[in-house]
Amino acid sequence: MTAPPLVIGETVPVDVGAEREQMERVWGSKRGLWGWITTTNHKEIGKRYITTAFIFFLLGGIEAAMMRAQLSRPENSLIGPDKYNQIFTMHGTTMMFLFAVPIMEALGLYFVPLMVGTRNVAFPRLNAFGYWLFLIGGSFLYVQFFLNTGPDVGWFAYVPLSGPAFGPGKRADTWAQTITFTEIVAIVGAIELIVTVFKQRAVGMSLNRIPIFVWAMLVTAFMIMFAMPAVATASMYLALDRLVGTHFFNPAEGGDVLLWQHMFWFFGHPEVYIIFLPATGLVSTMLPAFTRRPVFGYPAMVLALISVAFMAFGLWVHHMFATGIPQLAASFFTATSTMIAIPTGVQIFCWLATIWSGRPRFATPMLFIMGFIFLFVIGGVTGVMIASVPFDLQVHDTFFIVAHFHYVLVGGAVFPLFGAFYYWFPKVTGRMLSERIGKWNFWLFFIGMNMTFFPMHWLGFYGMPRRVYTYLASTGWGPLNLLSSIGALVIASSVITFLVNVVVSLRGGAVAGDNPWDADTLEWATTSPPPPYNFLHLPVVQGRSALWDEGDERQVTVGTSTERREVLLTTPLDAQPDSRESHPHDSVWPLAMALAIGVLFITAIFTPLALPIGGALALIAFAGWAWPTSQDVESEKSDEKISLEGA
Amino acid sequence: MRPLTRAVTIAAAALACAGCSLHNAQNALDASGPQSARIAGLWWLMLPIAAVVWVIVIAVMLWGAGRKRSVREVMETRGGTEVVANDEARSRRMTRIVAAGAIVTAVILFLMLIADFRVGQALTMAPSTKVVPIKVVGHQFWWEVQYPDSVPNKTVITANEIHIPIGTPVVMELSSPDVIHSFWVPSLTGKKDLLPGYTRSLWFRADTAGVYRGQCAEFCGLEHAKMGVLVIAQKQQDFDAWRAAQLDSATTPSDSLAQHGKAVFLGTTCVMCHAISGTSAGATTGPNLTHLASRSTIAAGTLQNTDANLYAWISDPQRIKPGVLMPATKLDPRDMQALVAYLRHLK
Repeated sequence: MTAPPLVIGETVPVDVGAEREQMERVWGSKRGLWGWITTTNHKEIGKRYITTAFIFFLLGGIEAAMMRAQLSRPENSLIGPDKYNQIFTMHGTTMMFLFAVPIMEALGLYFVPLMVGTRNVAFPRLNAFGYWLFLIGGSFLYVQFFLNTGPDVGWFAYVPLSGPAFGPGKRADTWAQTITFTEIVAIVGAIELIVTVFKQRAVGMSLNRIPIFVWAMLVTAFMIMFAMPAVATASMYLALDRLVGTHFFNPAEGGDVLLWQHMFWFFGHPEVYIIFLPATGLVSTMLPAFTRRPVFGYPAMVLALISVAFMAFGLWVHHMFATGIPQLAASFFTATSTMIAIPTGVQIFCWLATIWSGRPRFATPMLFIMGFIFLFVIGGVTGVMIASVPFDLQVHDTFFIVAHFHYVLVGGAVFPLFGAFYYWFPKVTGRMLSERIGKWNFWLFFIGMNMTFFPMHWLGFYGMPRRVYTYLASTGWGPLNLLSSIGALVIASSVITFLVNVVVSLRGGAVAGDNPWDADTLEWATTSPPPPYNFLHLPVVQGRSALWDEGDERQVTVGTSTERREVLLTTPLDAQPDSRESHPHDSVWPLAMALAIGVLFITAIFTPLALPIGGALALIAFAGWAWPTSQDVESEKSDEKISLEGA
Repeated sequence: MRPLTRAVTIAAAALACAGCSLHNAQNALDASGPQSARIAGLWWLMLPIAAVVWVIVIAVMLWGAGRKRSVREVMETRGGTEVVANDEARSRRMTRIVAAGAIVTAVILFLMLIADFRVGQALTMAPSTKVVPIKVVGHQFWWEVQYPDSVPNKTVITANEIHIPIGTPVVMELSSPDVIHSFWVPSLTGKKDLLPGYTRSLWFRADTAGVYRGQCAEFCGLEHAKMGVLVIAQKQQDFDAWRAAQLDSATTPSDSLAQHGKAVFLGTTCVMCHAISGTSAGATTGPNLTHLASRSTIAAGTLQNTDANLYAWISDPQRIKPGVLMPATKLDPRDMQALVAYLRHLK
């Protein structure tokens, strides 16, 4: 089998019907259940990922509503402390580990290959494995919760409260193992994204032409690589303390309770930016479609992303000011925490400049973007305030902080995310979401958000600490809490509005077409929804706004194989053709591997025998995974290096 | 654009309403000492700056989105799409404005940093004058309070209510034998954690006499919500009198009901955890009860210290503070009344 020669910069061939069918055969997954569980297509997996993470968002939202119901009046007896502590722990753990980080990565895994113009994500089996492991880990947490073994030590699980002496039973173990699951999931996702971005970009998409969302995911992926190992190690130490009697965190035996906090927040603060940076990427990538111009200040935007990523690792101690860190040491972290406002400010100024000089269209995604700026700046300015040690000592661990980070995370990440749902829903499903319902969705969310979280600033000053299941009537916190709880109802109604919109639009929404927003990134160059192979002919990129800069005729690469799964690898900096590589076929082994690891992690909290048993199962799964099939061997024969003259 | 205006009005109304501050003994903005006053001052400095920044950003966004486009801002077709034509001069202008914005941001942040460091320095500088040392030990879910003295038997031990003199700095030594707690009385100063394996210190001063409430600010388990603390700031002579009275041993009551109550106390499980000086009860697991009746609250600032509340508390603490480490005590009503009478006698 000799491959046809590769021609770059051709115009789209006219007659492509037969080619389309052939590609469908090569890249499509089998029909039925077997096809469903073996698929390694990034879009299938991405859709599942997004849906699963969104279901966790709904669960976390229900938990939030329960907390707001309990706190709506003083000395309410709706939920007792035991349940309440589980619920707030579940809310935090769910929103951070099972919703926010996974859904951002999931968007990346779905859209990065489309935006960079390739056929699939790098390491597609790892991608399938990551999803299955995420599903198992998340389900494990919820099964435990419904069995009344849900963690009750907070999403930060401070020792010694979560340690063996004060956290009896399996609740804290459940938390620690859930973390281990999600860390692995996040890291494998990050690996796929980094390699996809560096090696699989369309010809011509040099580093300075990458869409900003892709930049954001790349930077985020690197942050994950550095942040997650810290908490994975910490949760392993905790598991060892609890299960085999080590003393990492036991002061009586020379352990240290602050060690946990350092390790946790060394991950925990970058975590916030791991959620926030992709959201800024979403904003920067959506904005051009609604302002009819490329986003202003591309280099500044990218540099801002990178500098935020670096600084994010230098401010974890601002979560620990009250532990009595020496003033001088704390000052450095105050300085970094303050400094990070500068690149973030630059991003905001660039968005303002884009809106100012563009021709805004106020479709629902644009409303969410403007709502995002409105809310995020509130969270941003309170963020600068709490960088101050003395001020933080008053508001730390109070509802002021709850208000602050919900403005940052709901305003700063969930709003762009909902904008993104409206923006990319047509690409994923082929149908538009209703604009009319979308406006309701936005305004209810926006009003509910402010009603819920704005009063909390004052509750913090009035001395209301976080994580309390009730408060005395004499504190006077009742009215503001009631207002906040009513706001939570408004948010809930907004989310229901969204779900209604999805159901209604899936059945009868307007058919989207390839590029309903007249947007400029590559995912809009293919059909909605995209075919299994993404692009019949891989695109060639001629400018930063790929679809606006393509001149009169779209240029593509012709001659990639239609006989085998083949991806075109390009050089990391200039995206010049590098080699043609065979791409793995669908496989059930990633699922088997996820099950083996799942057995290992879950049984490990009950018996040390988990290690040999789970290890053996994982080994079997790995052998199956790596075993070359005749198909693979045949396919790899056509791999070849491309000489650069052709480009 | 009208819904946006509506939202702005709502937000403004919320701000205005929240400004009418709540008068409360637990309020970081209702400062009663130099520490909390300086921190509150920092807030009143930062709030207007933050508000101005926010208003400018939002105004630019709304204006930029809604402004009428001039005829010079032409559109062009690129890749089959109508887009705003590139205008080099305007881009340069915007670059200058964004850069200026970044510089102004940096300058504002730097000035705030200086203000912040100055307050931080004032807060941490140790007082050079005479101080009142107090040891506070956090327990699940109450506060043990000790006033050490060079003469060991002059050490005062109490719980949950901390008396301090006004005008004199108090230096607290904070520790915890179980999990992490955080000591926080917002009207007086910021919080400080009580960490197992560490001893931390916190100093502050109260300038006005009064009762200030606080509560544990680090999640410490089931009853984190009901781990309150009162700081009673009083004139020096009142404080001295209180301290002297606390040194007395408990007296034997004269009325027979309370006498019976003492026998009940010493004959039941109470003595396993509590101490009353002058009796054989000397356990230190729970709060010292020698002067229980002199405290205004019980159950760590949760209930007023009345006969009925004591009765209810001793009979079934789990109903009032589910998860508290004190078990229910089953006594017949007469014994219980006697016990309450005895405890109320412990002035």
